[in-house]
Amino acid sequence: MATPERPDVKLVPVPSTNIIPERDVDKEPILEARNLGIDFGGLVAVDKFDMAIGRTEIAGLIGPNGAGKTTVFNLFTKVYQPTRGSILLDGRDIQNMTTVQVNRAGIARTFQNIRLFGNLSVEDNVKLGLHNQINYGMWTGILRLPGYWKSEKLMHERAMELLSIFDMQRYASHRAGSLPYGAQRRLEIVRALATNPSLLLLDEPAAGMNPSETAELMKNIVKVRDTFKIAILLIEHDMNLVMGICEGICVLNFGKIIAKGTPSQIQNNPEVIEAYLGKKKEG
Amino acid sequence: MKKNNIFLIYGTVIAAYIIIQLLMSAGAVTSSLRGQLVPICAYIVMAVSLNLTVGVLGELSLGHAGFMSIGAFTGVVACMSLESALPPTLPRFVISLLVGAAFAGVAGFLIGIPVLRLNGDYLAIVTLAFGEIIKNIINCLYVGIDSRGLHLSFLTNSDALNLEEGGTVIINGPMGIAGITKLSTFTFGFALVLVALFIVLNLIRSRAGRAIMALRDNRIAAESIGINVTKYKLMAFVTSSALAGAAGTLFALNYSTITAAKFNFNTSILVLVFVVLGGLGNIWGSIIATTVLVILPELLREFNDYRMLVYAIVLILVMLATNNATFKNTLRELVNKIIPEKLIKRKEGTTDGNS
Repeated sequence: MATPERPDVKLVPVPSTNIIPERDVDKEPILEARNLGIDFGGLVAVDKFDMAIGRTEIAGLIGPNGAGKTTVFNLFTKVYQPTRGSILLDGRDIQNMTTVQVNRAGIARTFQNIRLFGNLSVEDNVKLGLHNQINYGMWTGILRLPGYWKSEKLMHERAMELLSIFDMQRYASHRAGSLPYGAQRRLEIVRALATNPSLLLLDEPAAGMNPSETAELMKNIVKVRDTFKIAILLIEHDMNLVMGICEGICVLNFGKIIAKGTPSQIQNNPEVIEAYLGKKKEG
Repeated sequence: MKKNNIFLIYGTVIAAYIIIQLLMSAGAVTSSLRGQLVPICAYIVMAVSLNLTVGVLGELSLGHAGFMSIGAFTGVVACMSLESALPPTLPRFVISLLVGAAFAGVAGFLIGIPVLRLNGDYLAIVTLAFGEIIKNIINCLYVGIDSRGLHLSFLTNSDALNLEEGGTVIINGPMGIAGITKLSTFTFGFALVLVALFIVLNLIRSRAGRAIMALRDNRIAAESIGINVTKYKLMAFVTSSALAGAAGTLFALNYSTITAAKFNFNTSILVLVFVVLGGLGNIWGSIIATTVLVILPELLREFNDYRMLVYAIVLILVMLATNNATFKNTLRELVNKIIPEKLIKRKEGTTDGNS
């Protein structure tokens, strides 16, 4: 499989217990979670979760099924209100923000089970991502004032530009729900990018893709990071993808972090191997 | 919705208006049909506006007649109290429509604020209750006018208004409003239909409309890309209620008497039937379904006692037929035989964002 060259990155500690790539160290991490935790009734879903993501880092969040990875995403985007701890986005606490405000502050995400606007066209899906970038009022739209034509033209151009990242311009007028599975996953990423985020959360972007599609996706994730100069945090079960492009990896098991480090550190960590494969039987 | 589709809607509506006007001047329109023209226009506006809530926003509303009722009574009160101050009919009619729309819109806003923040079918429950509450409030409401201005009284009788000599009672409790000067004409109705179509179709194909449809398709995803859920739900619902209010004024100004009982639960359901039968989110379908279903009972007059029975059967058959794949395929094959295939093939490649 053709995988992009893994960048040789040294991870350095930042104040607190977190690590980020050395090149990002002179700036504050884009996101830092401190002692984060959430309980559902009596169940401790996530506990003592510490993590920092550098400004231009591609970070990975892995762990066995049910480890709490998506719950962490839902905490970062304020779908859930954390029970303990704090999340700092660009140094600002997002404690009192709603999902909508968190997006405007710079976190965009995709979903494990694709959530597109299935009845709308591909172009409209991307334009919805641009909703807060290009603005005009309801009556400007109804009365078709000059502002409408100007903004819609701008939106169309931006949408096409964004679609071209994944070479999807030809799908622009298709119904989003009618796209093939892989294209729907890509469209979700484009829509998230359209909101102009500084941190992109990808929830299993390679799920259901074949090896050649996954390889393509890996290249594209790196390309997105390099073009937009943003940080990306991804949840993924495909180890080729995770080990291939992630710089810092965080392993979660039963809601707790069991390891943090570079791909090679993670691959050789006995606790991680145990979490994935189980304990070797004695004797 | 494709551009040529929009022109098809406007074109057909304008063509229908011209044809009916020509037929009327030729004396070929029966008086019973002529009496139906304004109600058809009012119901088209009702259906188009309800489609905005049910089809485009994806929230069920069971009290659309309540907004119509508010629009009808406030609009007529405005019209009657302006009678001496503003004799020309056109500006008075327009002001009445705006008053009706404004009051209904405010009512929609007040209901929407608490209810549209919730997820689920709460709007259906609350609007159902709202329709009944409005009916009962207007049944107990007395409004009169004299030289000192408008007088309001609640739960009493018309004497409690303390009107001066020469004052008139406008809303007389359960008896409603009597002695309305009929201002609505087919042309006014047609103009209101065009305005409603213009507002709804342009709203759908703009930034706000996209956000509204995004909420319908996937609320969680819409939130994740920073779309303010309550704002756009309210925007759709208030626009829908205001248009229903204008339709109510148009409807009421077509009769000499109007009572609150006219705008009951059955009316709400009737409008919902127009919307569902025409297709959720399909504005064009709403217009056709409304026209057919308002005229149908008139055409079925010869069945006398069995009229509503036949009406129900026709309704069920149409619903079955339009949802039956075999029937649709047969129809398509039939159409294919008549129209060269090339013309149809070109249509299939396009996508329709709103249906």
